[in-house]
Amino acid sequence: MTAESHETSEPLVRVENLVKHYSKRKLVGSVEEVRALDGVSFSIFRGTTLAIVGESGSGKSTLAFCLACFEKPTSGNLWFEETSLSGLKEKDRRVIRRQIQLIFQDPANSFNPRWSVLEILTEPLVLQGNLSRDEMHPRAQALLEQVGLSSHLGEKLPSELSGGQRQRLGIARALGLRPKLLILDEALSALDCSVQAQIANLLMELQASLGMTYLFISHDLAMAAHLADEIAVMSRGQIVEQGAPEEILTHPENRITRELLAAVPRLDLSRPPLAES
Amino acid sequence: MKQEPAESALVKTNQTGSSESSPFSKGAEDVNFGSLPIRFALFTPPSCFNMPCMASILEVRDLRVTYRSRGGPAFRALDGVSFSLESGEVLGVLGESGSGKSTLATSLLGLFCANALTVSGTVLFEGQDLLQAKPGELQKIRGNRISLIFQEPSVALHPTMRAGRQIRHVLAAHGTKGRRGFDQRTREVLEQLFFAEEAERIRRSHPHQLSGGQRQRVLIAQAIACGPSVIIADEPTASLDPTTQMEILGVFRALRKSLSLTMMFITHNPALLAGFADRILVLYAGRVIELGPAQGVLASPKHPYTRSLFQSIPPLASAPRQAGKKKLPAISGDSFSSSVPREGCPFEPRCPERMDICKSREPGLVNLSETHTVSCFRYEGQ
Repeated sequence: MTAESHETSEPLVRVENLVKHYSKRKLVGSVEEVRALDGVSFSIFRGTTLAIVGESGSGKSTLAFCLACFEKPTSGNLWFEETSLSGLKEKDRRVIRRQIQLIFQDPANSFNPRWSVLEILTEPLVLQGNLSRDEMHPRAQALLEQVGLSSHLGEKLPSELSGGQRQRLGIARALGLRPKLLILDEALSALDCSVQAQIANLLMELQASLGMTYLFISHDLAMAAHLADEIAVMSRGQIVEQGAPEEILTHPENRITRELLAAVPRLDLSRPPLAES
Repeated sequence: MKQEPAESALVKTNQTGSSESSPFSKGAEDVNFGSLPIRFALFTPPSCFNMPCMASILEVRDLRVTYRSRGGPAFRALDGVSFSLESGEVLGVLGESGSGKSTLATSLLGLFCANALTVSGTVLFEGQDLLQAKPGELQKIRGNRISLIFQEPSVALHPTMRAGRQIRHVLAAHGTKGRRGFDQRTREVLEQLFFAEEAERIRRSHPHQLSGGQRQRVLIAQAIACGPSVIIADEPTASLDPTTQMEILGVFRALRKSLSLTMMFITHNPALLAGFADRILVLYAGRVIELGPAQGVLASPKHPYTRSLFQSIPPLASAPRQAGKKKLPAISGDSFSSSVPREGCPFEPRCPERMDICKSREPGLVNLSETHTVSCFRYEGQ
């Protein structure tokens, strides 16, 4: 999708002034408040990718959890399509959750190690899919094919897969319920460079064929710029800079952005990966 | 800049420590903390590393390690790896997961997993074959003459022991000086890696009280405590975010300058080696497929694998993007498929430039120049 179509289409996700505070109880003394999110606002349009970039501890994952209805925000508003997520009952939230799927950094930890690949893929279908027993198996096979895994892997255990195959399986499981939004929380960070490129290409293919919308959370500014239509840089629970990838790369306004940009390791020999002090 | 503490702290210890010689020095060729300025003067600049006068400190010849695998033939983790580590150089070892990087790191010190089936070859360190050494002899070398830095500092550190005590344990295992000597040395090492005011707090902290970068620095402190001749770093920055990663690379650079360390730096990200490594060794399916000076390998990679690996990294293009997103030129397939023993070149199934001969025979190492070798039929007979 191109930039022009944004204005005409409705945003899929709208976040307004989102705040999430965690209270940390010390052993002695008062309760300390951690401001994980401190007034975050943005929109994601259908079929586009928004990348959230920031250092660890900047609140990226809290944002993902709030959006996926795992955490209740302290204040602020979240809209998914036309539904406000803040005042939802548990029953309605289940319906929304189906349409927002999360993919984590290390999918190995989110798979049951004793289940085969096919069992892992059918679990969400059993829980939410409204499919009959006969339809489930072909659907799981189709999912495998969709993410480029060969069907003979169906009987394998997650531990027998390589890192890239596991991440593909994570994506396949997330796609099972035909979600509208995929939240990729550091989904590429734990992979090798060559595998990262493969998975990034897969994400692009899926976006083109299924019209998926992504929230791509990462600390890798180069990959974010490659995948995203828009980048938001986060620091201490706030978005400090937001814009098109080429804008962010060429004219970084904020100090945090410049630091992140300087920290991207580069292959060209003219510029060493870190400045000589 | 965050990497300054290491640099500035190092300079400081050089000045204060120059009057007395350290109890941990072991001969002239070793790192001598007490006489750093003199060592520094003797330090040969990187451009001389490939000259024949440079003595190799560690020599690996035809190292083969196989692992037992469930229901299948033995998995060949290392398949005839040979290289030498020259004194004072940083050798970058590049490879994807499953290429045998970590097996290489641990087997140099005779550390093998329980499922290691066979080990053959030689690892020569100061005239001694480490693979034939007795456990007691190896114990004297590990952490003392050759130390290993692991990739996950939160796992490598003991969770209920203060950082200072963990460094002291390394010293106690190898030194003969009493408790007071160890304490003093622990402080010295920590001050090399942290600001002086911070070092004392770090010394008394438990690992969970430290950030990822601080934990990695504590591991580095542990590794340099005994003044080793060789440091093997196995993906030391893999679990860190980019700014911390840059900081830790800065620490390695500073240490390398001040202690004239010989290092083997293992990583899967070639960009980390630019401007840091002197030579690069590319490992694929347990074989050395390319070895050459870093400048040469990074600027014009010869092996098809190395070339496609470099292309698969998204460039930080500053030019405006063309309409529509472009795909990355990724290497198709998976290195796991090459674990099945087969004839021919291990990269052949994924290779974009494969020829008929690649299927039937495995290529030997071809010398492109005195320093650059590659294992590919494309360069044979040139």
